[in-house]
Parts: sequence; structure tokens; C-alpha cells
Amino acid sequence: MPMRHDGDDAVVPPEGPSPPAPPAAIELRGINKSFGAVRANRDVSMTVRAGTIHGIVGENGAGKSTLMSILYGFYGADSGEIRVAGKPVHIASSHDAIAAGIGMVHQHFMLVDNFTVLENVMMGAESGPLLRESIEKAHGELTRLATEYGLHVDPGAVISDLPVGALQRVEILKALYRDARILILDEPTGVLTPQEAEQLFRILSALKERGVTVIMITHKLGEVMAITDTVSVMRRGRMVAERATAETSTEELAELMVGRKLKAGVSPRAETVGAPALAVERLCLRDRYGVARIDDIGFEVRAGEIVGIAGVSGNGQSELLEVLSGITPMTAGRIVVEGREVSVAKPARPDEMRGLRLAHVPEDRQRRGLVTAFTARESSILGYQRDPAYNGRLFTDYDAVDGHCRDLMERFDVRPPLPGIISGKMSGGNQQKLILAREIDRDPKVLLVGQPTRGVDIGAIEFIHQQLADLRDRGCAILMVSVELDEIMALSDRILVMFEGRIVGEVAIKDADTSTLGLMMANAHEGASARGGTSGAEPVA
Amino acid sequence: MEEAFVFVALTMNATIRVATPLILCAMAGMFSERSGIIDISLEGKMLGAAFIAASVAAVTGSPWLGLAAGIAAASCLALLHGFACITHNGNQVVSGVAINILMSGLTVVLGIAWFQRGGQTPSLEASARFMPISLPLSEFLAEVPILGTLYSRLVSGHNLLVYVAFLAVPLAWWVLFRTRFGLRLRAVGENPKAVDTAGISVAWLRYRAVLICGLLTGIAGTYLSIANNAAFVRDMTAGQGYIALAALIFGKWRPWTAFGACLLFGLLNAIAIRLQGVDLPGIGEVPVVFIQALPYVLTVVLLAGFIGRAVAPKAIGEPYVKER
Repeated sequence: MPMRHDGDDAVVPPEGPSPPAPPAAIELRGINKSFGAVRANRDVSMTVRAGTIHGIVGENGAGKSTLMSILYGFYGADSGEIRVAGKPVHIASSHDAIAAGIGMVHQHFMLVDNFTVLENVMMGAESGPLLRESIEKAHGELTRLATEYGLHVDPGAVISDLPVGALQRVEILKALYRDARILILDEPTGVLTPQEAEQLFRILSALKERGVTVIMITHKLGEVMAITDTVSVMRRGRMVAERATAETSTEELAELMVGRKLKAGVSPRAETVGAPALAVERLCLRDRYGVARIDDIGFEVRAGEIVGIAGVSGNGQSELLEVLSGITPMTAGRIVVEGREVSVAKPARPDEMRGLRLAHVPEDRQRRGLVTAFTARESSILGYQRDPAYNGRLFTDYDAVDGHCRDLMERFDVRPPLPGIISGKMSGGNQQKLILAREIDRDPKVLLVGQPTRGVDIGAIEFIHQQLADLRDRGCAILMVSVELDEIMALSDRILVMFEGRIVGEVAIKDADTSTLGLMMANAHEGASARGGTSGAEPVA
Repeated sequence: MEEAFVFVALTMNATIRVATPLILCAMAGMFSERSGIIDISLEGKMLGAAFIAASVAAVTGSPWLGLAAGIAAASCLALLHGFACITHNGNQVVSGVAINILMSGLTVVLGIAWFQRGGQTPSLEASARFMPISLPLSEFLAEVPILGTLYSRLVSGHNLLVYVAFLAVPLAWWVLFRTRFGLRLRAVGENPKAVDTAGISVAWLRYRAVLICGLLTGIAGTYLSIANNAAFVRDMTAGQGYIALAALIFGKWRPWTAFGACLLFGLLNAIAIRLQGVDLPGIGEVPVVFIQALPYVLTVVLLAGFIGRAVAPKAIGEPYVKER
């Protein structure tokens, strides 16, 4: 416990044996929590000093979110003790946590979409049975908080009209409105542009200055280094280390998180690129309300290069992948894959696209990538199930499918290597490896890959990145969509930035840096017009 | 002219009578569904209440005891629905259908066992029913042309429960949009997790919502058997619970628009009654079933295209399971 004994003991407060330093804001002792056979938290102890920003890092499934959910009363701990400001408290529900001065900003915002900001903020903390007085009070309070912490949001705006950055501010306002002295943030920057993240950090610093204790769960080590005072590392349900941020490094933290040394980066980039394997010209997609989801996009991907598509999620990247893979028909424009033209007049179904050796690793692996109720062997042939190799005269040849799946699992290190396991029971990283294996195994000419490592452990990320780099080196044209800028920067040879369905910028990797890309993602870079940039800097040949 | 005026006045009068249970049920359904609990059992609750109210009124001779018993019966069914859907995360449609089937059978079985009249309850005397009330000055004002006639013929002369139904609409609006309870209720039907993390009990909110639903369907059922009629007849709700549900969806889960939809459906029904056996020029006799089917046809057609998509409360039908 990093109890600081600065000064001598003459300043012991009158009430007995309490320590000379102010009591810790939060103290967790021996927290245990199991979900069935899974032990999510094992004997976790942690101390968070008052008025500091405390980071908790760990891989997915390390137990960070579970621990914070226990603190916020979402789960009950099986055993252990929670002390807030030195006093033991019993937190059985969010109500108790709020009463203890704890507020939480969840990863998935807990807001009512069709309510206004004001209604969301006051809900649960109204001043009386009638709304009129609550509204007046909340109005005044919101104005005060806005000026004090830089938390500016229009109180009358409806949630569904607001951008994510603003939603997060609403969540923070909700906590502050309930007089939270301790604020927990779960993966707060996952959905933000770098600039929005900067703004969030300024707010957090302002909170810290006014004595609020901030606990931040994250897997982005750069942020931990930038903003926290102390950092705790969790691995497989245990608290494995605590460091003062000033005395540690991202390398050390990454090692502590994974429990072993990590290889540095992927293999060097290929020097030569080949002919265009995928060309997209003036592509448009309008949804059923007539809103342009993809707005006049053009670009090409050459054999042997990875083109990364950056952007805040919801700016048309998902739709782009769906159109290119043949799932959603385009409304205008054309795509050329391997010499075959696909357009409104000449559509191609997903299986025809696959026939052109265009493979697709979808963004949402649980819904599009596999069928969670199927066994791994069945998931390993999805989309290729008509291949004669897997079929007898009448029935599926399960021996062949089994052999195929076993082979993929071995080569792509899918664990557990059991073709009979239910797909949904595998961890996210292993599901992703199986899907990637299925798509890569056929040596595609073009690979579309969405969020290749979302919700995947660091160890698996390393593996998946290496696979993608190897595939590129074998001459495949890869189009990668990711909201993780680090990932885009690590793998791409060229980066396109999407904003509101348009491509608003293109950067070669050697010229790319986070802040330029961040500005492009918000369409606030130099040269951005109201209509945004041109669709693709290079004209399509 | 005079004849047309009388025709319109009579039709509107019938509209009010037919619309009353629809309005009560639509408001009942609104509270339940705004909290996220689908209530297809408006029909069954109303039927149960109608039977119990008529039975108690027949035995005790008091309409007030009948009303209390009707409300109690519907509330018990509402609690049963709540117990299945809120406490045990059951399927809300299945639970609702079960209540409808149960009530359709149980009312007849109990009716035969208690009164030996083939499922009917004994005819009630006027003193055991809610009778039409003359509002003050109605006779005096009846002589005043138009407005006076409207007042005495249309506004005055209904039984108490009709007035309750019409007052239920502004009251429901006020509760839903002007009170803390209403704010939380609307929130819990949209995003129960947000409500839970705000430190409010989801289950308790939803139980209160289904209880209000029970109260209002209880009044609706009582109206059918001891105010609008003088006895309980088997299956006397005749699908009005479903019509009310349709009106609720048609009205996009909002009190005033749902009220409007109830009046529209009531009007169609009243016209259907008045058109029985009438020869329309050029068309001939309109089959009654055709007009009776109109509310349903209208709902489907209008929902399908004309009024845009009806956006239901987002969390409707999903049990709130807090992972523990």
C-alpha cells in the first residue's frame, strides 16, 4: 500500500488511530468474484489515493471491468471488503454506490436515447415528485458544472442527436450531478477521436484539481502514461502490479499485462506493390431513408499493400465493407475485382464475390463472422460449405470438415484445438483467429477485414497482425477498417480517412501521424471543406 | 336537417359509449408498455374484471363493491403477469396470451358454478349498476339550440365510469410527462440499464406500471358488465382489449393520440351499429362484418404506410436481466 508518511506524526487527527495521510478514496481488500467456473477476480486488493487519477490496465478478460462493476454495485462480490474514504461500505446496488459518492461512466453509455440531456442528468436524482422544480435545479446546476469543468452540452438537446464525445460529457455530468467524489471511467477513449480524447483528458485534469478521484480502465497504454498518477495492472483476475506512472514505461506495463515479453512490431513492409486488385469508382450507398451512407467514394487497393481505413465508427466504414463484400447492394458506382465489374446493373452476391477470391473478415464476428451456436468445425467452412471437398453425394462429409478445421486450428494457434467446441464458447481472440484462418487459407487476392483485433487479447493481436503482414507479403491486396488508430498506423501502407460516408483524406504511412489523422477523422484538417476533401486523392486509373 | 343532427348526435353518443372501455384499456396498456412490459392481456384482465364486478354487484347489490372487486381482480391478474414477466423474466406475449385463455374459460366455468345460468350472471337492478347521471343544468340548457343540445345529449347523461375514462387521459398525460414517476417510467421502457445504473429499481418501477394497468383495465371491465350492461355475458369483451392495443400502437404510445385512435375506432363501431340493415344508395346493404373489421383493417393499412413507423419503447418485450 503506497501510504505516504510525509511530515512527522504530530498532525495525527484527534480521532484515534487513523493514519496521518488522508484516508484512501477507495480501498479494496481481498475481492473475489466467480461466474460459474470462471474466477473473474481472485483476491484483488487495491488502494486509490484521493485526488489522483488511477489507471487500471489489463487484457480483455483480466477482470478490470468486473472489479469496477463490483465497486459500482452491478455485481455483488463473493467475498472481500470495500472501504470508501476509510469507512467500510456495503455496496449492493448502484444506489448504494451513488450514495457513497461513486459515479461511473460505462463503456456503453447508459443514456435514454429519446430523452434530453437534462432529463438524463436528473433522472434518479430528481428533487421532488413533480418535475418542474427538478428541471429548474438541474438547469442551474448544469450551467455551473459546464463553466467549472468545461463540460459544455446543450441541456435541451436530445441524446440521439449528439455525437459520442458529447454523450460522454453527459455521462460525466450525470455522475457529478449526483455529487460523485470518485469517478470510474471504463474504456473512455474507445469511441473518441484523438482530439476528443484530449478534451476528455483536460476535463479529467480539471476534476482532479478540484479533488475528484478518477479511476480509468483502459487497454491503451499511451493514455495511461499520459494522464494517470498511478497504474495497477491486472492479469487473469489477479492484481499483478502497481506502479507510479512516472516510474514505469509502456514496455514494462505491456509485459506485466501479458506476462511475457512481446516481439516488437510486424515484419518490415514489402517494397513493391503490384497491379490494382480492387478498384472502387464513384461508389454510393443510400439507406432506405435516402441518407447517403457512402457518398461518392473512389480508391484502389494494389496487390501487396494494406490500405487502412481510419475514422470514428459510424462514418460509413461498416457500410463500405458490406457493399464491397456483396452483402448490401450499392446504389451507384462500380467495383472492379480481378477484372470483373460489379455495379448496380451487374450486382454480385457475397458467394460470387467469394468466387472472385475476395475474402471478408467481418467487423462483427459474433453476428456475421460465425454462427455462435454452431461448432467450430461448422464455423470453419461457413461461406465455403458448398465446396465439393466438404461434401459427399448427399450429406456433409464431416470427417473432411473435421480434418480441415483441425488443420486450421493447428496452423493458426486456435485454442482449444477442438473442432467440436461450440463457436460461441471460444474467446474473442480465438474466434477471430478461426475466421481469419478460414478466409486466409484460400489464398485470396483481396481481403476485406473489419476491426481485426476488436476485443482481442494483446497476444492474439500480435499474431493476427503478423498473419495480415505475411498475407500482404504474399501479394494479397488488403483493405482494413479499424477504429484503432494504433492498429492502422502499425499495419497500413496507405491510410484513407472516412468522415460521413466520404473519404476526406489520404496519407501515405511515412507521412502519417496521429494528430493529422485525428483532425481528418473529425474533418477539421486543413483543406477540409463543408463537402470534405475529394474522394480519394489519386484519380482512379 | 333536424334528422341529420339527431343522427349525428346519436352516433356520437354511441361512439362515447363504445370508446370508453377502449380509452381505459389503451391508457392501461400505455403504462405497461411504456415501462417495457408488452400487455396483450388487456382483454383477459378486462374480462375477468367484468365477471367479478357483475358477480359481486349481483350478490351484494352495490355497484361500488362491484367496482372494487373488478379492480382487485384485474390487479391480481396484472400482478400475475408481472410476476411471470418481471420477477421470472418470462416471455411477455406468452404470459399475456395465457391470461386471456385462462380468463375466457374461467369466467364461464365460475359463472356456471355460481349462478347456473349458462355462464351469465343474474340481471342487475338499477341500484346495483352505475346509472347515467344528469349533469347540472342539462334539462334547463336542453332548450338552447346546438350548444345546449350538445351539452344535454352528449356531455350529460352518461354513467360515472365514462367520465372517469375521459378524465383518465389528461391524468395519464400529466403523470407520464410531468412527474418523477413518469420520467422514470418512460426511461425504463427505453433503457432499463440506464435506470438501474442511476440507482433506481427496475422491478419496482415495472410492478407499479402493471398495477396501474390492472387498475384501469379493472375499471374498463366493470364498465362493460355493470354500467353499460346489466349483467356479465360470456366473452363480452369481444376483442376490445385487442382493439385498444391497436389504438395504442396507432397512437404511437402517446396518451392524446391513443385517445384519438380510440375515438376513431369507437366511431367506426358506432357507425357499424347504425348502418345495420340500412340500404346505402348505389351500394346496397353493407355487410356489418365489413364495418366491424374496419378498425383492424385501418390499423394495418395506416401502420403499414400512412402514418410512418410506430416507434415502440425500445426495451419493450425484453426482460431486464441483471447479470449476477
